Amino acid sequence: MTKALEIKHLQAWYGESHILHDVNFSVEQGEVVTLLGRNGAGRTTTLRAILGLTGRREGSVKINGVEAITMATHRIAHLGIGYCPEERAIFSSLSAEENLMLPPTLKPGGMSVEQIYDMFPNLSERRHSQGTRLSGGEQQMLAVARILRTGAKLLLLDEISEGLAPVIVQALARMILSLKSQGYTIVMVEQNFRFAAPLADRFYVMEHGQIVEQFAAAELASKTAVLNELLGV
Amino acid sequence: MELFGIPMSALLGQLLLGLVNGSFYAMLSLGLAVIFGLLNVINFAHGALYMMGAFLAWMGLNYFGINYWVMLIVAPILVGLFGIIIEKTMLQWLYRLDHLYGLLLTFGITLMLEGIFRSFYGVSGQPFSVPSQLSGATDLGFMILPNYRAWVVFASIVVCLMTWFVIEKTRLGAYLRAGTENPKMVEAFGINVPLMVTLTYGFGVALAGFAGVLAAPVLQVSPLMGSNLIIVVFAVVVIGGMGSILGSILTGLGLGVIEGLTKVFYPELSATVVFIIMAIVLLIRPAGLFGREK
Repeated sequence: MTKALEIKHLQAWYGESHILHDVNFSVEQGEVVTLLGRNGAGRTTTLRAILGLTGRREGSVKINGVEAITMATHRIAHLGIGYCPEERAIFSSLSAEENLMLPPTLKPGGMSVEQIYDMFPNLSERRHSQGTRLSGGEQQMLAVARILRTGAKLLLLDEISEGLAPVIVQALARMILSLKSQGYTIVMVEQNFRFAAPLADRFYVMEHGQIVEQFAAAELASKTAVLNELLGV
Repeated sequence: MELFGIPMSALLGQLLLGLVNGSFYAMLSLGLAVIFGLLNVINFAHGALYMMGAFLAWMGLNYFGINYWVMLIVAPILVGLFGIIIEKTMLQWLYRLDHLYGLLLTFGITLMLEGIFRSFYGVSGQPFSVPSQLSGATDLGFMILPNYRAWVVFASIVVCLMTWFVIEKTRLGAYLRAGTENPKMVEAFGINVPLMVTLTYGFGVALAGFAGVLAAPVLQVSPLMGSNLIIVVFAVVVIGGMGSILGSILTGLGLGVIEGLTKVFYPELSATVVFIIMAIVLLIRPAGLFGREK
């Protein structure tokens, strides 16, 4: 079966700064994979490089078997990728509902607005509020919800639990499990190891712009010492 | 009947003249606001493109016998296409640089366009007749209303409101507003932002071309007609709030009226009243009356 995401020898730059150095990893269809690492390890840049949001990039990025390294960002999105950035990128000039409806349909089979409002009732109640007037948790839900509408089946989620109350983080964890059961492929960047540990099928650890360790969920217990060393958890 | 010692007919006449000027201010500043909002470019060429719209209408009529109504559609399209060429060949390389570079480039384009038209037609204006359907005036009882001037106000308000509606109330407008805030993220959603930017510039300058055609029968068609107007229009944009759509429309019409009334009550101040208001607004609300503080 074609891999949902296959990255080989990926290098990326911001201006003169060489950030990613030969990143290699892959994600199977329906898998949840977490990129772990300290701040500045290159995890966010990896997600941004997949979408062509960095400056220069080299190597190979295959999405559902299609080479995307030379594609423009808007074309890459149409390969079926939904991106939830770390800063959430909720638009202040749009209402919550306009934010939700903003991304165009990329593939058939996305969630309907009703399904999204069932999943996130807060968003339904605040649909007419200015996007940036929502609470941090609501903004995070909105940032995830709007990509679920598009029909994208490969989701890139950057630090979605960051700065949120435990009860919201638990709700997001339930959402990830629900999406996983529906066959979504998810690549998460997470600092919150406790959040990511029970959700992911596999883990990649990044350091200095490279993948330095990888293991499956079943190996988690045996990798505690390595993780302590690499992440300081 | 008099108001403050001024005959009512003179007052209403100046009010109408103010509304006509305000209509041009509104349409031009609207185009500037749309362009600045998405492209971050201060389009100094706007006045020259307004002049180009007027000249295209004049050329259409005089060289090809194409009437005003057809040119009211064709000229803005041609100006818009010209704008697209400018954006694709020159402006697109400047987006990552300081505003000053865009301003200098468009200032250079202004000088070139004005120079080209001046070399062919001189600086004296070319006459352009009011279309026969709109010639004459209507007696309203309290004033005589020239039909063409009423049409200018009506057409510009309709165009401005349609533009406002598209930007504030439609999906396309949501793309534009979101693209103004975070173009990279909008592109990551699968929206072709570079194309949107090109078309927005084309649309913004087409509005200037449309204003130029409307202005042709009111003003003399002259290579310098845009440069006479553009400084006031920039002041309108600053007062309304850079990038604010509604601000541009309301401020444009409002300042046209204020300017008209100043001509009645204190003519010496009429040429500077807009700039005095701009200075006061900048002191009190630096982001403009309708702009958002960053």
